[in-house]
Parts: sequence; C-alpha cells; structure tokens
Amino acid sequence: MKQAFKSIRAVAVALGLALVAAAPVLTTSTPAEAQQTGVAPRTGGAGDSGRNPTADSVNEEALFKNNDKLQGTVTLPDSKASILVQPQGRDYRQFREGWLPWIGGIAIIGMLLALAVFYFTRGRIRLDHSEESGRKILRFNAFERFSHWLTASCFIVLAITGLNYIFGKRLLMPLIGPDAFASFSQWGKYAHTFLSWPFMLGVLFMIVVWVRDNIPSRVDWAWLKRGGGFLGDAHPDAGRFNAGQKIIFWIVALFGIAMSVTGIIMLFPFSAADINGMQLAQYVHATVGVIFIAVMIAHIYIGSLGMEGAYDAMGSGEVDLAWARRHHRLWVEQQQKSKGAHNPHIGPRPAPAE
Amino acid sequence: MARMKFLCDADRCIECNACTVACKNEHDVPWGINRRRVVTINDGKPGERSISMACMHCTDAPCAAVCPVNCFYTTVDAVVLHSKDLCIGCGYCFYACPFGAPQYPRVGNFGSRGKMDKCTYCAAGPEADGSVAEYEKYGSNRLAEGKLPLCAEMCSTKSLLAGDGEIIAQIYKERVLKRGYGSGAWGWKTAYRETVAI
Repeated sequence: MKQAFKSIRAVAVALGLALVAAAPVLTTSTPAEAQQTGVAPRTGGAGDSGRNPTADSVNEEALFKNNDKLQGTVTLPDSKASILVQPQGRDYRQFREGWLPWIGGIAIIGMLLALAVFYFTRGRIRLDHSEESGRKILRFNAFERFSHWLTASCFIVLAITGLNYIFGKRLLMPLIGPDAFASFSQWGKYAHTFLSWPFMLGVLFMIVVWVRDNIPSRVDWAWLKRGGGFLGDAHPDAGRFNAGQKIIFWIVALFGIAMSVTGIIMLFPFSAADINGMQLAQYVHATVGVIFIAVMIAHIYIGSLGMEGAYDAMGSGEVDLAWARRHHRLWVEQQQKSKGAHNPHIGPRPAPAE
Repeated sequence: MARMKFLCDADRCIECNACTVACKNEHDVPWGINRRRVVTINDGKPGERSISMACMHCTDAPCAAVCPVNCFYTTVDAVVLHSKDLCIGCGYCFYACPFGAPQYPRVGNFGSRGKMDKCTYCAAGPEADGSVAEYEKYGSNRLAEGKLPLCAEMCSTKSLLAGDGEIIAQIYKERVLKRGYGSGAWGWKTAYRETVAI
C-alpha cells in the first residue's frame, strides 16, 4: 500500500516538472502576435534603448474611430467619473432642446385643436331619454373609482410638472421671473418624484381590476367600423367597455408601464443604467409622456364635457340606465341577467332635480 | 477679453492628482463632489496616458441649453458658470455634459440631487466678487484677483494649462513641435468644435 502511494507521488512530481519545462515553449509568441496585443516589437540595435514614446501612445482622434466614447480608469469610487468624453451628450441636448418641444407642442396643441373642431362640429353627445331615464345602475364600485382618481390626480400633477421641465422656461419663466420660477420648479421636481409612487400604484390597481373587461373581442371590431357612434347618431353595441375605452385602457396600461420603468431608472440614477442608458430612459420617458398627456386630454374631454352622463360613472359610480343601455347594451343585459330584477342598484329611483 | 480654456498635455501628465487636491482644498469642495479628476486611458498598457478633466467651459454649452430653469450663464471670459439659487438639481446637465463635469450632493430619497456643483474656472458665481456668500456656494474667486485656476497653476509638470485659448494652444503647439509628438488637445473638438492643428 505504502509502495503504491510512493509511485503515484513520483509520477505526479515528474508530470509537474515536465509542465514547468514546457511552459516557456508555450508562452513564447511570434512578433506578429506581439503586435496584435499592442506591444511594439523590439528591433534591437541602437533604437532599442530609446523607443519613441509616441509609437504606441493613445490619441483622442484614433480612439474615437473605434469607440463612441472615451473611457479609462479613475481612482475615485464612482464609475461615472471614469468616462472622459461622451459626445452623446450633444445628441441628448439635440433631443431635449431640438426635438422634444416640437413633439410635445404638436401632440398637445394638435389634440386640443382636434377636440375643439369636434366640439364645434359635433357638439356634446347628448343623453337620450327613454322610459328607463332616472333609474340608476352601478357602473364602477368604490375601489375602481379610488384607483381611477388616485391615478388621475397624480397624473395631472405629474403632467404639469413634467411639462414644466420642457416648456416652463419658455412659457412660465418670462411671466413670473427666474426666482419664482426656480422655486416653483423645485417644488415641481419634488412633486414629480414623490407622486410617481402613488401613480404607479394606481396604474397597477387599474390594470388588475379592469384587464378582464378589456380583452379585445369581435364586438369591438364592429364598434370601430361604425366609428363608435362619434360620427352620426348610431350607438353600436358594446360590453362593459367599448373599443374606444379599451384603447384608452391599453394606452394607460402600456404607457403607464413604460413611464414607470423609465421613471424608476431615473429615480435611482446610475444604479440600473450607465450614462447612455440614462439618456435613453429620458428619451422614452419624455416622448411617451407628452403623447400620454395628449391622449389623456382626449379622455378627460369625452369623460366630462364631451358626453352628457358619462362623468357620473366615475363621479358617483352610478349612471343613468338609459345612458348605460345606449352605450353599453351588452353589459347592461349581462348585469340584469346575472343579478336579477331585484338588484338594489337597478331599480326605480327619483330622478335628480336638474 | 480672453477666451478661457483648459488644455491637458497628456504626454506630460504623471497622474499625480495634485490638480484634484488643489481644487478640493481651494474651494472647500465637500466629500463626494469632484470638480476635477484624472482619468487614465489604457491603464497599465503601453502608451497609457492620463488626462486631467473638469468642466471644459464649452462654446455653446450643452448644460446651459438643457437646463430647465436657465441657471447657467457665460462670463465675458467665456467661462460657463451657474446660479445655485436657481438650480433645482434635476440632473439634466450631467446627461448633456460630454465631460461628466456636473456634480450633485445627495440630499434625499429617490435620487434627489442637491444644487449642482462644478468647476467654476476659479471664477465662483453670480454673487459679489470675494463675498462670503460667494465662497460658501462656489469657492474662491481667483479670476477676480487676476489669478488663473489653481489646478493649472499647481501642476508640477505644467501638463495642465489654463488661460486664453490661443495662448495655451500656442504653448502646446511649440511643445509638440520641439519634442516631436503629442496625443492631442483632449476634449477640444467636443467642447470648442476645434482642435489644435500642428
């Protein structure tokens, strides 16, 4: 047994020695390989002791040919500091000062103009009276309304403070002066960062409570083909949500998620993204944000001024049964079938004195 | 009036970091804020070079353009300065700055940045020259005393040059011609849209 162990050790030592002997052979490289690793080959002779220090010195112009930004090492415990030059800052400036005000201005003013044209040509969509007028049906329960108004109130503050980052210095600062404007913007910044959290919560709540009623169906296609009743007097069938409302739902869900993800990246700067990632987050956040605001202006219009009776759904939660049957016939039928005629919410009630 | 610029002759920089220490000390710059830093390119490899970098006081500065409260201004010496009274700490100038110059103290939750701080070219801010308020916010105002930025004045190898752009470009040109090499005026193309042609 002892003998066997000794012989194994002898073999191991011999193998080790053989590897050490082979090592110089393995690591010797050719001049061509040395050049590839950036070490200039030694030519020997007189030039050997005094190599030209520029022969392989780094050069800004040459570095920029292969890199989009210059990065090195730095003794500071801050990874951002290691970037020497990032010309992408110029692109960021071009976006923020060149493109963004135009994208935002066209989206928002364009939407306001379109709504004004609609209002003055089509007018308010009136409540049609029928024998069911005055009876009420519960459309949104307390939690649904809470989620909506939580999101909506945060959205309004976020939209105003967000637009202030773009248009404040152009529109508000000349009116109130730089000092008052800076104080306002300071508070706006805090409002924007802190109200983002309840906003994200509200978006999450709304997705959870409404996603099952917003799955697209064949009825939506028919609704869209008939223009949703916006043009003419037709009232195409719709379930709990019509195709227009479903589009709004999905815009809020997807834009809300996009705003939340890019917003969280900016709430924790440089923890999830580097400088170019932070710039990208801003591009997405700002572009989606201004389009989101334009879409929400249309949503606010149709939910208040644009359609008589629509506001009650989110106000008291109960809508006029005649209105509900006009706009969401399939949903009313389903509600009445499942809850029966004795549903406390669907019954004769005194009409509000108007 | 002069057009003030910085030029770091990387072939002379020995990465001693005296410029960063001088800056910190001269202006009582708080912990975590670095108005000037030394970045080493290709560290440990042949041809490595170190470059001292701070605000380059750009022509048509991107920071000033993106600022949502317009707190930046350019002095007659073409030094880019800002007002900490107006700054809201949004961080946009850091995204726009090609040189990573703007710095922010952390003041609260969720990336809440305090008032931005950056190299002032030793020219402080909008307050009265030499006042206590000016020193507390921006550090000393050497330019008002007729002195150049301390980082460059302190530089042991005279690698970091500060002064009128044409004069320091001329000094750099003469150096390159005499010694026969130069790695370029780092950042000049991005900051001033021009470079030092030899």
